[in-house]
Amino acid sequence: MSGPLPAVMSGTAASYGDHRPDHPGRLFVVEGIDGSGKSTQLTLLAQWLRSEGYPVVFSEWNSSPIVKATTSRGKRRNILTPLTFSLIHATDFSDRIDNEIIPSLKAGAIVLADRYVYTAFARDVVRGCPPQWVRSLYRFAIVPDQAIYFRTPLEVALRRILSGRPKLKHYEAGMDLELHHDVQESYKLFQGRILGEYERIVQEFHLTVMDATEPVEVQQRQLRKSIRPLLPKLRARRSHGAI
Amino acid sequence: MARFEWYGQGVPGVSLEDLTGWLIVVEGTDGVGRTTHIDALRTHLERTGYAVAETGLTRSDLASRGIRRAKQGNTLGSNAYNLFYATDFADRLEHQIIPALRAGFVMLTDRYIYSLIARAIVRKADPEWIRSVYSFALKPDAVFYLRIEVPELVPRVLATGGFDYWESGMDIPMGNDLFESFIQYQSRVIAELDRLAETDNFQTIDATRPVDEVSNFLNERVTDLLANGATLRAGT
Repeated sequence: MSGPLPAVMSGTAASYGDHRPDHPGRLFVVEGIDGSGKSTQLTLLAQWLRSEGYPVVFSEWNSSPIVKATTSRGKRRNILTPLTFSLIHATDFSDRIDNEIIPSLKAGAIVLADRYVYTAFARDVVRGCPPQWVRSLYRFAIVPDQAIYFRTPLEVALRRILSGRPKLKHYEAGMDLELHHDVQESYKLFQGRILGEYERIVQEFHLTVMDATEPVEVQQRQLRKSIRPLLPKLRARRSHGAI
Repeated sequence: MARFEWYGQGVPGVSLEDLTGWLIVVEGTDGVGRTTHIDALRTHLERTGYAVAETGLTRSDLASRGIRRAKQGNTLGSNAYNLFYATDFADRLEHQIIPALRAGFVMLTDRYIYSLIARAIVRKADPEWIRSVYSFALKPDAVFYLRIEVPELVPRVLATGGFDYWESGMDIPMGNDLFESFIQYQSRVIAELDRLAETDNFQTIDATRPVDEVSNFLNERVTDLLANGATLRAGT
């Protein structure tokens, strides 16, 4: 039978990037490889926003209470493939979009996401999923008001992570890709590939790049400066002492 | 040449060349009698000497428990359900269907991507999007669609325990009560399956005919297919 080709085959899929609803809140996203310091920066940003009087909501990658149990099961038993790894994370993300991110944005909160769809674009493609398929998979995701990529040289990030002698997990180290039999070597190769993929993503989606080798406070100053113009006007605050 | 085709780019790292078995799908809405016919077909094929394996929705090692747990509370967003089912399907494709096809088995599949696509569309997913999600799927050798209209479906459902919350689409209420919602929901699912029957080359069987008649027909068609090494390849 003839019929329209599935979108992925014809390459005309409306992809991630079309969904920009107008909500009173704001969505800011940090991205980068492990050890880039993005979580530290996000925590500092949250403290500042709260002190300015904004309601802040955090949303972390891979944290949907219902889906997480399945992801953990897959990881524990090493039964995740590139495909199911990708799909279960998309499931988790979809739940957080509908039950956490969008309601918070509607309520006027500043939502801070530690990792967003770009993490999936980088990891899933390194694992062998077709780039166009992954982008189409996340088509339901809303485009953040700003996404900041913490650019870190591989050696710097590895030093930060590996100097703590971490117990690297199977998928975290990319052991499923069979790049190296040694966990730490595998982790290095895997992170290197993810870094390469992130650079492509920065171009494609125009992420804001932060030099993550700068001192923490310098980065934080730049971060606040770039986000300030995007913040909504605050409603008049209650005066202190009022109940 | 490989016997099989993917819908899109397929499963990362899997080669079609090694797949020698048959992938036979039985589709149809809830309560139409798929299980009965698959059981009979399995017995028939095994008697003839074929090695048969079976799978069906939410039977994956990875996601079946998670989906069951999520359904008990009904707290997941409806799009997250769509993707949870896609995860379950992908796990079964990679860990059940493909290994069975490599081993030359006849893989009988109780519903495939089509029911999942139909349900997702009824729950407001973009049809083009949900199809692109499932572009990693294999095109089956044949899809037998047990077709029924809602009025004929109702007595069967009543005879087998009544209206189920999910099979009535109560997560997206379509009426004032379970019965009204069931009618609305099932009509829409059937309409979507009818559309897929056109675009994806289903073999449609009138499921209101007597059980034995339907069973014999199905057994004969599948046996012919296997004996002649032919295919009624589904797919766009």
